[in-house]
Amino acid sequence: MANNNENYKSYSASLALKTVLIYVVSIFLVVLAIFPFWIMIVNATRSSDAIRTGMSLIPGTNFMKNLDALNSRNLFFVWRGLKNSMIIAGGATVLSIFFSALTAYGIHVYSFKLKNVAFTFILVVLMIPTQVSAIGFLNFMYDMKLNNTFIPLIIPAIAAPQTVFFIRQNMRASFSMEIIEAARIDGSREFGTFLKIGLPMLKPILAVQAIFTFIASWNNYFTPKMILSSPEKDTLPMMVAKLNSDRLRTDFGAIYVGTTLSIIPMVIVYISLSKYIVGGVALGGVKE
Amino acid sequence: MHLKTKSHFNYSKFGYIFIAPFFLTYALFSLYPLIYTFYISNFKEKSIKKGESLLVYNGLKNFQDLIFSSKNFAANAMHEALMQSLRNTFSIWIFNFVPQILLALLLAAWFTDLRLKIKAKGFFKIVVYMPNIITAASISILFLNLFNETDFGPVNGFLIHMNIIKEPILFLTDAAVKRGIISFILFWMWYGNTMIIFIAAIMGINPSIIESAQIDGASSGQMFRKITLPLIKPIMLFTLVTSMIGGLQNFDVPLLFNKEGPADPKTKTIAIFIFERFTGTLKNYGTSAAASVILFFITAVLSIVLFTILRDKDAAKEKKNLKRARRGGF
Repeated sequence: MANNNENYKSYSASLALKTVLIYVVSIFLVVLAIFPFWIMIVNATRSSDAIRTGMSLIPGTNFMKNLDALNSRNLFFVWRGLKNSMIIAGGATVLSIFFSALTAYGIHVYSFKLKNVAFTFILVVLMIPTQVSAIGFLNFMYDMKLNNTFIPLIIPAIAAPQTVFFIRQNMRASFSMEIIEAARIDGSREFGTFLKIGLPMLKPILAVQAIFTFIASWNNYFTPKMILSSPEKDTLPMMVAKLNSDRLRTDFGAIYVGTTLSIIPMVIVYISLSKYIVGGVALGGVKE
Repeated sequence: MHLKTKSHFNYSKFGYIFIAPFFLTYALFSLYPLIYTFYISNFKEKSIKKGESLLVYNGLKNFQDLIFSSKNFAANAMHEALMQSLRNTFSIWIFNFVPQILLALLLAAWFTDLRLKIKAKGFFKIVVYMPNIITAASISILFLNLFNETDFGPVNGFLIHMNIIKEPILFLTDAAVKRGIISFILFWMWYGNTMIIFIAAIMGINPSIIESAQIDGASSGQMFRKITLPLIKPIMLFTLVTSMIGGLQNFDVPLLFNKEGPADPKTKTIAIFIFERFTGTLKNYGTSAAASVILFFITAVLSIVLFTILRDKDAAKEKKNLKRARRGGF
């Protein structure tokens, strides 16, 4: 009996020790995740001379001066970048979600000869990296005179294999065919049924996919850099890349202000939608 | 009566109509460019656009130049550059992926251990996942400034202040250190993502399996090795495949974590190699396209190998189950 008690004590002691260890590691990782952004914000509010004297954890008062310095270089136009990124990411998201839902619905609801071929095709092309067809894509856009326009960054979003795949997986688990059948009996047309019944039923998964599509399009640097050539069409990531330029070499305050401004939109999106985003990532782990 | 006519109605045409926009768009903007890339890879010209310059058929010479070393100086330099970019891509990926998967596994095991009552798990997940959704271009520029090589760069300044180093470290000059930092940035951006996937996978394991193991007196370590790991293997393979394909596309961070000027050959990835040949002084569509085709085949081979492993395991398991069923087991 005493022995058992002894065992239990050492067992709970080791559990307590482990719990302490987990908290220490977790706190370290939380600091590691936030620290670079904190330094960024602090330095955005300090003068370049102050930054040169060393690191500080306390914000300064130089934010407006740094912002003016950044604006005076005619390099980083935050509103213009925001507008361009918004048009591209917004347009791509709307098209991608609508047509991915349509495609997944078409494959799931109807039975036709090439149904499995179509879905297998989508699974296979999921694996092909963008860079593989980039040079052909760029030349095709030159041929069509669509280079330096937003069209090549928006229209191709109609075909998003990954989004179709996730919506289809979700439909397999929870889509009720009875409601579709009932609508048919009531005389609803097929496309009308999709719009009025299919889309609302898919709302939760579409919302999650829309968030991820928007973020991916917003953060994309490769394709816009390849297609767009005039500075007034720069997206926000393209603009932030220009902060590493000769014109700003020693003006650290201005560089940190530009970086901060480029990060704010995604931070706002994340803070307001983090629950859905983390839940959406977890979906990748529950499928068999 | 009414129902009968309905059931004879042929709905299959709607299937084709509904999926048509996807397949038309895919054919036009992805498949055709892919074929176009294969086509361009057989030409030797700075530009394939008609009117701008001549296009000269070059057969498989571009591939020969890229894959094999040769006595021709220019061709050999191209070959060396491609091989270096492939080595860089792999090295940056492996030093990101191995620590990433180990830390993600450890954290997932901790946070799903029912005997420990860890608080604020949701908060932790949200915070460590955040770097993943912040624009990679912004993160690269931020780290470029944090790892400033002068003694007042935040990281150098901190290390000097703590008396860990005396002279500033040349983070951006020393190739190995620089590749290490790029791997670290990617690790920092992605381990939260992998951890969340693993936690979801572990939570998906049937709780009765875990309970019965606990009743049998299994330790945390034993349970993790004997139950959790084998059961989340498919998810780990899925993570491996997606991370590898992402690794082959690695572009933003290695391109932007650079001092101003052309990309550093020591940290250039295959995606940068391809991109550099679109425009500028290195412009060479044929070589760029040939490197794309090589990347296509690397991706294809890796995917096929991994999926064969996955499928064979499943098939073997099914066979085993079948045998057991025949023997009258469960």
